[in-house]
This record gives sequence, structure tokens and C-alpha cells, in this order.
Amino acid sequence: MERGGTVADVAEDDGTDEELEPHESEAAQRIATEARDRVRFEEEALALADQVYRVARHLSSSREEAEDLVQETYARAFRSWRSFQPGTNLRAWLLRILTNLNIDRGRRTQRAPQMQALEANDYFLYDRLSEDSNGPTDEERIVERLSQDDVVSALSAVPHDFRDVIVLVDLGDFSYQDAANILDIPIGTVMSRLHRGRRILKRELAESVAEGET
Amino acid sequence: MTDVYDEGCAHCEEMMQPYLDHVLSDAEVREAEMHLERCDTCRRRYRFEESLRVYVRLAVDEQMSPALKEKLAALRIPLE
Repeated sequence: MERGGTVADVAEDDGTDEELEPHESEAAQRIATEARDRVRFEEEALALADQVYRVARHLSSSREEAEDLVQETYARAFRSWRSFQPGTNLRAWLLRILTNLNIDRGRRTQRAPQMQALEANDYFLYDRLSEDSNGPTDEERIVERLSQDDVVSALSAVPHDFRDVIVLVDLGDFSYQDAANILDIPIGTVMSRLHRGRRILKRELAESVAEGET
Repeated sequence: MTDVYDEGCAHCEEMMQPYLDHVLSDAEVREAEMHLERCDTCRRRYRFEESLRVYVRLAVDEQMSPALKEKLAALRIPLE
């Protein structure tokens, strides 16, 4: 092991100008501690991969794009692990990297359809689905009239800005505050996009039901 | 059963999303629940919204491939 070289690397990565430790045992101990911290960090990050992938998948238009995004996220996370503060939310930290990479990719050119008419109320999908008396009528099962494909395509039809918030809060179980930190937007914006995004999602679902009937 | 949509229902509708997100104050939760107790229409609609959320989650869930998992593990920086 090239101990001298490793210590120099560590000092450089830390951005400090420390001289090499005169006591080799202290230096060795530092290296060992850092290695242990890093391995722990990597293991904790990998344990969250399924959750990170799930979010990536809904932010991307294809499986391949999602896989690339997740790999890029982990490569960056492993490189900059020192900037993660132990004890804070690692999942949110990883998703912050992911959403920034996603923005860097210039994917976010789609504009929010501000001019589209907002639906009259929050219940129109329920009203639409319950109008049809052929099929289950109890409210827990009415949703089963929507196919899995309907739901997947409805979600992908929601504009990015709104979908990001739905994906983080409704599918990723992040709090409003975490979503705000990850996306770097005010919490009030998270709430309004969530509200609007859920309505757009329901409108898309209602449209898929209407198309299925014709 | 009559579907009467009154002011209480309108307020209950406003509280639905935050209620399901568990971000209402205790007083607001009590207010919503008092209305839900006596209003069958709103109760059914709340139940539908709750089921819809669960349904959407399940419908769009997609596991990552084992191959990707291996690729991520390979990105780890080797110990020197």
C-alpha cells in the first residue's frame, strides 16, 4: 500500500493544506477511519437504489434513460461522498444529485400548460368513474376500472414540473420540505404544483376512461 | 340518497388533499372528520381519493433490474 500517496490524496480531497502527520500511526488510523466511513456510506447508498431508481424511472421517458441517470447519480455520489453530512437524509441527498443531473441534461424544456382550463373540482374523476354503473360501485374498487397502462400513460402525460413533485411526494414518500430541498423550489411551490399536478393526473385518467369507452 | 353539495362539502373538498397528506392541524382534522361523519357523499369521495393514490402507486411501480444493481455496486471506489 502506498501510504504516503494515500494520505496526500486525502489531504487534497479535503481541501486542507495539512502537512503529513509526523506520527505514522495517527495517519494510518485516519486512513482506516475514512475507509470505514466511505464503505458504510456506499453500502447505505446502495441500499436505497431501488427507491432512487423508482423516482428516476418516473422522471425519465424510458427505462434506459432512467438506468443511465441512476448510474450517473451513483458515480457522482461515490465521488463526492465527503460532502454528505452523516445523520442527514441520504435518500434526499441522492435525489438532489439525481434531479440536478436530470436538469443538466436539458430534459426540462417542456413548459407547464398554464393556459389549460383547470378542472372544476377535485372529484371529477370519481364522478366520471362512478357514473358508469356496470362494474364495481364501491369507492375502493371503482379505481379498478382504470388499467395499469392507463395509469402509467396518464402519469407520463403530466408535465415535468408537476410530475416531479408527484413522484417525490406521492410515490417517493418525501415530505413537502424534502421535495422542496431536492428540487430547490419553495415549499409553497411544491404544494401548489402537487395540487395542480394531481388534478392534471386525474384529468388524464378521466380522458383515458373516455377513450376506452369510445 | 340525495347528493347535496353544500358549503360544508366545499370546505371539506378543500381539506381533502392536505387531509390525506396528513398536514392539517388537529382542529382541521376534527372539522373534516365531523363533516365526513355526517356526509356520505364526501366520505365516499375521500375514500375514493385514498384508494386512487394507492392504486396509482401500485400501477406505476417498476423494480430496477438486477443488472443495474450490479452496475451500481461496480461503481464503488475500490479501497487502496
